[in-house]
Amino acid sequence: MAEYKRPDNEQDFKENFKQKKTLMNDTQAYIESSRCLFCYDAPCMNACPADIDIPLFIKQINTGNKQGAAKTIYDSNWMGNACGTICPTEVLCEGACVYTNQDSPPILIGRLQNHATISVIKSGKQLYFPGEDNGIRVAIIGAGPAGISCACELRTLGYTVDIYEAKSQPSGLTIHGVAPYKISNEEVMAEMDYLQNQLGYNIIYNHPISTKEELKKLESDYSAIFIGVGLGATASLKMIGENLKGVHGAVEFIEELRMKHSEVKIAPRVVVIGGGNTAIDAASGSARLGAEEITLAYRGGKENMGAYDFEYDFAVSSGVKGLFNASPVEIIGDEHVEGVRFVKTKLVNGRLTNIEGSEFTVACDMVIMATGQAKQGTLLSLIDQLTLDEKTRIVVNPDTNQTTNPMYFAGGDAINGGAEVVNGAYDGKLAANGIHQWITEQ
Amino acid sequence: MNKKDKIDLSVNFAGIKAPNPFWLASAPPTNTGYQIMKAFDAGWGGAVWKTLGMPTINVSSRYGSINYGDTRMAGFSNIELITDRPLEDNLREMAEVKKYFPDHAVIASLMVDTRQEWEDIIKQVEDAGVDGIELNFGCPHGMCERGMGSAVGQEPEVLKTIVEWVMEAANIPVITKLSPNITHITDPGLAAVHGKTDAISLINTVKSIVGIDLDSYAPYPVVDGKGTNGGYCGPAVKPIALHMLKDLMQHPEIKNTPISGIGGIETWRDVVEFILLGATSVQVCTAVMHYGFGIVREMEAGLINFMENKGYTTIYDFAGKALPNVTDWKHLNLKSEVKAIINEDKCIGCGLCYIACDDGAHQAIALPTDGGRIPIIIEENCVGCNLCSLVCPVEECITMEKFDDGKEHETWHELTEQNRIPNTWNDDRAGGKGHYVPEPADALKNKRKDKSGTK
Repeated sequence: MAEYKRPDNEQDFKENFKQKKTLMNDTQAYIESSRCLFCYDAPCMNACPADIDIPLFIKQINTGNKQGAAKTIYDSNWMGNACGTICPTEVLCEGACVYTNQDSPPILIGRLQNHATISVIKSGKQLYFPGEDNGIRVAIIGAGPAGISCACELRTLGYTVDIYEAKSQPSGLTIHGVAPYKISNEEVMAEMDYLQNQLGYNIIYNHPISTKEELKKLESDYSAIFIGVGLGATASLKMIGENLKGVHGAVEFIEELRMKHSEVKIAPRVVVIGGGNTAIDAASGSARLGAEEITLAYRGGKENMGAYDFEYDFAVSSGVKGLFNASPVEIIGDEHVEGVRFVKTKLVNGRLTNIEGSEFTVACDMVIMATGQAKQGTLLSLIDQLTLDEKTRIVVNPDTNQTTNPMYFAGGDAINGGAEVVNGAYDGKLAANGIHQWITEQ
Repeated sequence: MNKKDKIDLSVNFAGIKAPNPFWLASAPPTNTGYQIMKAFDAGWGGAVWKTLGMPTINVSSRYGSINYGDTRMAGFSNIELITDRPLEDNLREMAEVKKYFPDHAVIASLMVDTRQEWEDIIKQVEDAGVDGIELNFGCPHGMCERGMGSAVGQEPEVLKTIVEWVMEAANIPVITKLSPNITHITDPGLAAVHGKTDAISLINTVKSIVGIDLDSYAPYPVVDGKGTNGGYCGPAVKPIALHMLKDLMQHPEIKNTPISGIGGIETWRDVVEFILLGATSVQVCTAVMHYGFGIVREMEAGLINFMENKGYTTIYDFAGKALPNVTDWKHLNLKSEVKAIINEDKCIGCGLCYIACDDGAHQAIALPTDGGRIPIIIEENCVGCNLCSLVCPVEECITMEKFDDGKEHETWHELTEQNRIPNTWNDDRAGGKGHYVPEPADALKNKRKDKSGTK
């Protein structure tokens, strides 16, 4: 029996997809912030990919300086509010909290962070101002976390910034690629508007950069270019039946879920193929859309899943059934998907090996492939002198995020192959300073 | 008969009998007969009625507080005056309370001006049937501007005269309540004894400003844009009270006078500490204003548990037991040596001991160079100051262990007597001699480590 009733309207949808991390009120924040020990060389801070001064902002919340707390957060991370909500804090800052060393619950850092950032976003208080106009223009490809962060930072340094975005909304995967119970569209857009209102960068929507000519034009119009294109569509496993009706890519499925909410159609029986966090989002999302049977099928063992344990536990609590050591062989069906044929696997000398004769079929009406995203190799191949590594990731100088083509800088999934929003935010900021350093030295 | 039955908490305090030493101090919780009956029903053994005296007018608002972390009212301040209820109402209610609770201590706190006024009011409260009188010479706000309260407590001669008037008029035990707003508490203490008081209570509140409102720029509590000094109390003042109690209990002319301890008492531990320094009843206000009368349950249970564990049957078995161990600095053993030990199994790696020692003490704790987070005590630099064990958030993680063999004993007093006071800086524990002191420039060497590799 399904855990969730199919949502028929926006109200039902909101109920089914209610926020996993709820906003703290002032009293909760006061009590929670009082628990912080203000550790020296704090492990939470060392675990934060954006290097936020966490003990400081928690102390600021505790002393009634919520605006100062928000400034501390944004000083290190332009996606401060989104990250408080969608960062896997359980394995980052909160996972590092020293309280966990004594079986005490960690400080709820992510929720404290949102307590501060939501407050300034709601007030509209201007914390940042554009730097004095230096007359230099920078182009950014992609308005995702890396691109937006790069733009914010460059604006504070006085640059004019144009962002070219293929889609019609900013923030990249923040709004398109994470499950709706992690952050609402409204909350994402509120932060995007808050940043753009303060810093005044331009975003040209529905404007993908995909040809050599377009790149040449950017190169002549701008002094530097930041590549924040992320990853592409769901990668194919080149398996028989992938083209059947009812087979979806997880990234595409989640984007549709984010944009269309209760209008998304879900089948009664869903098989999600994959073992990463996106697979979890797709499976938990299917459950909340009212699917009756959701199977999360991973070719390896549970312990080898890419997804965090707390994410898997969350999926199970949503009604998802895990199927491990099952490698998909083929998707069955005439026109429409009817099932997935798997072969059982086991570890032999450390390698995942199919067990001969162990094939079995799981009947279903819908398959979601959470098998990773393709790289943006085609676009990247159009840029001269751009070095990519063996996994099609852009190679950058880690101190400046400058690519091997000096006028190009890069960050986010395009250089790390797929990580968190916070990594993109850090990269964008780093690259902006790299651009500033490079231009200043010229 | 079980163990608990053997314990007798009752007290006879300068002739005032009560079923236990837990009394309410003269304050808002003792403003009415209703409150005091409720308190006795909850387990309190006595109550000092909110001070009776001359007609007053109160202001609104009246209280301010110090919050610490998520702890409310770690310190509390008030600018409320003595009772503003008619004298006859209070007297009638006193008699009624005594009817319901004949064995509980009801004490009338008094504050008037002239000798005649003292004599009249003493007669009235005696007629109401109270068990004793407390003289309010402590209130540091409002009433002192009218020449009463702490204005008396700060003038030992005046205090003595009034105590003499009272002693002549009173037929029931008299407690003189002292103000801490004075340099030497023994001056008013001695004056009270010379005036022949039956007992002393202390401390009254400490003259204070608890904070400034950042919008009106006026001190708390703000009364129409202005404020005044208040009387400070609550857990924050306990150390001041304990010290003054000790000063009185160690004074040869005062120590035989029973003392009721007041000041920040909230838990059984506080009660035991006051008794160990010689108090034979305790008075509580702020804890009740914070948590209600029910807080006495914790005090009573804790006191009984302590007495059972130590084998005491009455509080007189251990009253004053800590007094011989409170001495002058010059009598402390200079040869005693303790050093900090960190229990690695308990350490959670917060680094607070490291930074407290490095920034705030003697640079005697190091961090591992391999990235580990369990600090290391640098034994040669540890002077045994306790700071690390005080900041450590984990119970029993940092302990101070004895390092000397216990054979040597030498005090500053002995050195003085033997004419051996050092005339050079030769203390073995001093930085630069007994242990190393980093060079000033070393301060700039250890910048916070770079966050490479976390991207």
